[in-house]
Amino acid sequence: MAIARVHLDASKCVTSGQCVLTAPEVFDQREEDGVGMVLTDTPAPELLDRVREAAAGCPAAAIRLLHQPSARVAGG
Amino acid sequence: MSQLSSELPAFPMAKAKGCPLDPPPEYARLRADRPVAKARLWDGKEVWLITGYDEIRSIFTDPRISVDNTQPGYPWLSEQARTVVLTGGVKPVGRMDPPEHTAMRRMLGQGFLVKKIQNMRGDVEALVNGLIDDILAGPRPADLVTALGMPVPSTALGWVLGVPPADKRLISLVPRLFDEDSGLEGAMEARAELFAYIDELITHRESEPGDDIISHLVGYYQKGELSRNSVLTQAVTLIAAALDTTRSMITNGILALLQHPEQAAALIEDPDLVPAAVEELLRYTVVTEFSSKRVAAEDIEIAGETIKAGDGIICLISAGNRDEKVFTDPDTLDVRRDARQHLGFGAGIHTCIGKQLARMELEVVYGTLFRRIPGLRLAVPFDQLVFRNTFDVQGVRELPVTW
Repeated sequence: MAIARVHLDASKCVTSGQCVLTAPEVFDQREEDGVGMVLTDTPAPELLDRVREAAAGCPAAAIRLLHQPSARVAGG
Repeated sequence: MSQLSSELPAFPMAKAKGCPLDPPPEYARLRADRPVAKARLWDGKEVWLITGYDEIRSIFTDPRISVDNTQPGYPWLSEQARTVVLTGGVKPVGRMDPPEHTAMRRMLGQGFLVKKIQNMRGDVEALVNGLIDDILAGPRPADLVTALGMPVPSTALGWVLGVPPADKRLISLVPRLFDEDSGLEGAMEARAELFAYIDELITHRESEPGDDIISHLVGYYQKGELSRNSVLTQAVTLIAAALDTTRSMITNGILALLQHPEQAAALIEDPDLVPAAVEELLRYTVVTEFSSKRVAAEDIEIAGETIKAGDGIICLISAGNRDEKVFTDPDTLDVRRDARQHLGFGAGIHTCIGKQLARMELEVVYGTLFRRIPGLRLAVPFDQLVFRNTFDVQGVRELPVTW
């Protein structure tokens, strides 16, 4: 099964806060400069639609949802 | 197919008679035939007009497109605008390209934290309720430009900037800065007063910092990361960008709801509709038509046209917001639609820095006004309203209402 990982490129962020408004369970802003940060990079499946919305709505296109295959269990 | 330069349409374009807040009818034809088209400006220069929603978004998010207004191809709409805007020589955040822009947004970011804006909501509600108390206690008709449109954004921005609450000078400067009655000379005088006033605030925050934008900028200045002149320019820019636009958006939105009483009634009946109504009103009643000007830094291909490096570009957001490919029945105001993808705050990295504050103010005003004064109506016929379009912000000069 694939695990969805949230990635936010802080170097691109323009501090609009769009992600925090869209998915506050997953994103927050750094107090000192408003740059977005990921609170949990593997959010619960029911939050993924809103993470996708946050990624699509990010003005700096700084958020990506990466799908990674889960680590294989030896012998599995 | 290329356009012959002799037949290029002149820009700006005329509005339909009796529809001063609607986009010119020509925009719809352009959007259908040629969403990226050339036109001719007052000075004879050619400019690319972008009228399609997708094309506007594409320009707003393309790193090969610059906002630098010192480039020779940058499209100015008058000699006066060029002179006034370029006076001073320090770039405001909205005219910076990355990486300078990204760094500047961070210096301003702390003042616009989502949590901070959300925490201001109770104060904005108290402010708006107090202003509505005054309206109800005062004579009829009341002018909502003076009674709500001016005090709400100037007071709220004052809190964010760090203006002492008892200091009403910012509020009193606004009409003189932005109203046609002041004339160029009056506006330049008010501008000089505003610079002197903000300069005073900066001096005050150098010794007594608080948790506000001017104090944060002063902190970067004291660390040597920003010039004092830039602190001044950024603070003045925030005021110039925030106050007149929000004032007009508040009153244009109220006017649109007064003209569509069934939509206002829906908001009274179901207050949960208010956030969606704010987005729809931002889509439907754009207050700045020509503010999204750009210049190409490289050649780009878009919608079958080639925009050459150095060419000027104007993204017509009021045209994009009425694009039928994105919004069904776009010329209808419908507070129940999902209009969140509108271009009212721009898009891409230059998206309005104060948009969460503006949204909150609009939610509180629209949500409170119609609930508290359900019989609100225009006190004069629509065609007797006087409209203005000063420094590219369009709205009513007065909004007389009764109840």
